Amino acid sequence: MEFKRKNIISIAELSADEILHILDTASSMKEVTSRNMKKVPTLKGITVVNLFFEPSTRTRSSFEIAEKRLSADILNFTSSQSSVVKGESLSDTAKNLESMGASIIVIRHPMSGAPWVLARETSASIINAGDGRHEHPSQSLLDLFTIRQVKGKIENLNVLIVGDILNSRVARSNINGLLKLGAKVKLVGPGSLVPDYFEQPGVKIFYNLEKALEDVDVIIMLRVQKERKSLEYFPSIREYSRFYGLTGENLKIAKNDVTIMHPGPINRGVEMTSEVADDSRSVILEQVTNGIAVRMAMLYLTASWRSNNL
Amino acid sequence: MKTLIKNGKVIDPSQKIEKKMNILIDGKLIKEYPGNIKELEKRKDLKVIDANKLVVVPGLIDIHVHLREPGFEHKETIRTGTLSAAAGGFTSIACMPNTDPINDNASVTDYILLKARTEGIVNVLPIGAITKSEEGNQLAEIGEMYKAGCVAISDDGMPVTNSNLMRRAMEYVKAFNLPVIVHAEDTYLSDDGVMNEGKTSTMLGLKGIPNASEEVMIARDIFLSELTGTDLHICHVSTEGSVRVIREAKKRGVKVTAEATPHHFLLTDEEVYNYNTNAKMNPPLRTSKDVKAIIKGLKDGTLDVIATDHAPHSEDEKNVEFDIAPFGIVGLETALPLSLKLVEDKILTISQLIEKLTINPANIVNSDKGTLKKNKVADITIFDPKEEYLIDKNNFYSKGKNTPFQDWKVRGKVKYTIVSGKIVYKN
Amino acid sequence: MKEKTLLSSKDLERKTTRIVHEILEDNNDNNDIAIVGIKTRGEYLGRRIVEEINTIEKKEIPFGTLDITLYRDDLRNNLALPELKETNIPFNVENKTIILVDDVLFTGRTIRAAIDAVMDFGRPANIKLAVLVDRGLRELPIQADYIGLSIETVSSQKIKVFLKEKDKKDKVVLLYNNGI
Repeated sequence: MEFKRKNIISIAELSADEILHILDTASSMKEVTSRNMKKVPTLKGITVVNLFFEPSTRTRSSFEIAEKRLSADILNFTSSQSSVVKGESLSDTAKNLESMGASIIVIRHPMSGAPWVLARETSASIINAGDGRHEHPSQSLLDLFTIRQVKGKIENLNVLIVGDILNSRVARSNINGLLKLGAKVKLVGPGSLVPDYFEQPGVKIFYNLEKALEDVDVIIMLRVQKERKSLEYFPSIREYSRFYGLTGENLKIAKNDVTIMHPGPINRGVEMTSEVADDSRSVILEQVTNGIAVRMAMLYLTASWRSNNL
Repeated sequence: MKTLIKNGKVIDPSQKIEKKMNILIDGKLIKEYPGNIKELEKRKDLKVIDANKLVVVPGLIDIHVHLREPGFEHKETIRTGTLSAAAGGFTSIACMPNTDPINDNASVTDYILLKARTEGIVNVLPIGAITKSEEGNQLAEIGEMYKAGCVAISDDGMPVTNSNLMRRAMEYVKAFNLPVIVHAEDTYLSDDGVMNEGKTSTMLGLKGIPNASEEVMIARDIFLSELTGTDLHICHVSTEGSVRVIREAKKRGVKVTAEATPHHFLLTDEEVYNYNTNAKMNPPLRTSKDVKAIIKGLKDGTLDVIATDHAPHSEDEKNVEFDIAPFGIVGLETALPLSLKLVEDKILTISQLIEKLTINPANIVNSDKGTLKKNKVADITIFDPKEEYLIDKNNFYSKGKNTPFQDWKVRGKVKYTIVSGKIVYKN
Repeated sequence: MKEKTLLSSKDLERKTTRIVHEILEDNNDNNDIAIVGIKTRGEYLGRRIVEEINTIEKKEIPFGTLDITLYRDDLRNNLALPELKETNIPFNVENKTIILVDDVLFTGRTIRAAIDAVMDFGRPANIKLAVLVDRGLRELPIQADYIGLSIETVSSQKIKVFLKEKDKKDKVVLLYNNGI
C-alpha cells in the first residue's frame, strides 16, 4: 500500500487502512529503536522544522528523537503564544521556512486548524503535533499502537476516555481513531466538560466514573489542563479528583486485565493515584517509547510521499 | 433631463404594483407612468432605457452595512462601499457606527455624510452608537447625531450588556422617534466562541457560540421594547429559537422587526470545515434546522427584511488562524441574486422578496424611500432575473473579497442602478 | 514484452545447492557464518540456503532478514519507495562472516544499502554476497561472491524471479522487447 498523503493533520481525515498502515510502519520503526545503533540514514539531507507555538517538552522531544533516528536535519523554531497574535503571520512564517529548505514542518499551535493555514501556504509537508482543541494525531496513533501491542487488536474493545473531553485534542483524535478501527468508546467527566455533541454511533457519554468503568478494556486518562482553563468548568481540583480520579478502589470495577493509559505528564493524585500510575497494568511509559516509533513512521511516510510525488 | 424606462416589469410592493409599465423620470423625481410613449419617444432630450424582459423595482435598501470609513480604509471606503452597493442594486445603505472613531457623536456623522455627498455613489444613512465608544457605559449624544442625520442607533457588534442602560436608551430615543437596532448576543454565553456551537465545532475543536447566546438577548430586548414602547429592530436573526421568540412577540403586538441575511438562510456551519475563515461571521452560520426556521420566518413575515451585514476585511486579515480571523463577509454584490433563490424555490413571491429589500427596510428607518410613487425621488433598480453567471469575488467593486459564495452559480443580474434620477451603475 | 525462461524450477534448485556448497567450501570453519536474506525474495532464498546448510552440517546457522528501505538513497532521488517491512537480526553480528542473500544483483545500490544496514548492527569480520542472478549493469563497485547465473542484459530488459513461498512457483524469466 502506498501512503497517499502529503500531510498528516488529523485522524478524522485518515481511513482505517491508512491508520493501520502507519501503525505497521511504526512496528518496523520500533525494531530500529530497539537496536544498539538506533539511527538509520533514511532522512539524510532532508530538513525537518519543529515549529512549536506552545510550550511542549514531551511531544517536541519525541519528534526530535524520531527525526534524529532517521538522520534528518533539524531546525527548532519555538515561539510564544503572544507573538502568534502580534508578530509575523503564520503564512509568512511558512513561506520563510520553505525558503530555508524545509521539507517537513511539524507544527504545534494553540489554535485549532492552524496546520491548515500552514498547509495552504507552503509546499512543505505538514505534520500536526497538536492544534488547539482540535487534534493530536501522533498521540492518538501512539495510543492505538500501544493498545494493539498490549491487546493484540483494537476492534470491539471497550475504551473509556476520562476527563476534560471538551478541551482535549487527544480525546478528539482518539475518538476518531478508535471508532475507525472498530472499538467502542465511552466518555466520562463533569457535564461541563463532556458536551452531548460528542454523542454518535459507537460513543456513549457518562457522568459517573464508577458506572463508566464497567466492562472496560482500556482506560485513557486525560490530563487536567490547567493552562486550558479547566477550572472555569469545575469548582476545584479536589472535587474533580474525588469524582473522576482513578484509584485502586474504583479500578476494580473495570476488567481485571484493563490497560491504563495517560498522555502525560501525569498530575499524580489528581487524575490518578500513584498506586494506579505505577500499577503493572499501566502502560504509560510504554506509550512514551512507542511515541518515537510512531513519529518516525509519520515522518517516513510523509517523506516517502514527497519522494514519490514531487 | 427626462429618462423613460420602458416596457419593464415593474414591481413596487409599496403600491402593490406588479405589471409591465413605463416610468418617466423628470430630473430627480419619478414623474408619471406614461401609457402611450410614441410621442414621448420622439423628444430629443429624452433618455430611454429599454427594460424589456427586465424587472424594475424601487432602489434596494440595505440597513446593515459596514462602510469602514473613517478608520479602516484598507477594508473599505465610503467610495468603494457605495460603488459596491450600486453594483449590487442598492440605492440606499445604512452604515453601522463601528468605525474609528466610532460614530458616537455628530462630528463623525457629519464626516460620514460629507464623504458620502462628495465621494459616495448611493445614499448613505448613518446609524449612531447607543453608548459612547460602544462601551456600554454611558449613552452617546443620540439627539445630536439625530440632528446630524442618523436614522437609527445601534451598538451593533458590541451589544449593551447592562439591561438598565438599554432600557434608558430605548426611553431616550422616543424624543427623536429613532429605532433601536440590536445585534442580539449575550457575550458571556458566547465566551469567545468563533462559530456555531454544535457537532461541527466539536469536531473541529473550535469554541462554539450557542443558539441561546442570541436568543436570550432577543428575549430581553423584546421585553424592554414592550416596557418602553420603542421600535426595536433585530439584526441578522440566525436561530430557530430567535424566530420563534420574535413571531410570538409580533403576535402580541410588540413593535419589533427583524432581518435575515442571505448567508443565514443559505449556508450551514458545515461551511467552516477546513477552517474556512470566509465562513466566519457573527452570528455564526447555524445548522440546517435553523436555516429552515429562518426561511419559514421570511415566508410568514416574522422576518421583515433581508440585509447583508456587509463586512469587508482585507485578504491578509482573513488569511490567518480561524480563531484570530475577524468576523464577517461582504454581501452587497451578492445579496440580490442570492435572495432571488427564495423566489426560485417558491418560498417568496418576487413581490414579497422586493418588499423585504425596499419598503420594509425604509419603514424601519423612517425613510420615504423604497417606493416608486409619483413625485418621490427616483431611486430605481433594474435587473435581469434570468441572467445566469458565477459569482466571482475578483469582479467585486468592494475592497473586501471575503465571500463564501465564490463560484456559486446564481441568477439575477443588476443592469441599472439609478439614484436621484441618475444612472450610477450600468452593466 | 516477450518472455524467456532463464531458470526452470529444477535449475533453480541446482543453482541454490551449488551456492550452498560453495559457501561451505569457502568457510571451512563455518562456526562464524550467518545468513542474512534481503527482503523480500532474498529472505526466501536465504532461508532455503540456511536450511540446506543446517541439514548438511547438522547445526543451526544464525539467520536474519533485512529490510533495506530505510537505507536506500531513493528517498532523496524521487524514486518510488516500497513499503517498509520489518528487519530481524536475532544474533550478534560482531566478528561474524555475514552472507547477504538476494535474488538479483543489478545496480548494486540495494547491496550498498544492505551493507550499511548490517554495519549498523555491529562490526562483522567480513560480509559476502550470494545472488541467484547477476545481470550486470552495476552502478557501484560491488560484486557477488556466490552467483547462481550470470547473464548480460540491457537496462530496458527485466529479470523476474518467482519463488514458491510468494509466487506459487519457482522460475526465473527474462522480459525483453522485440529486436533486443
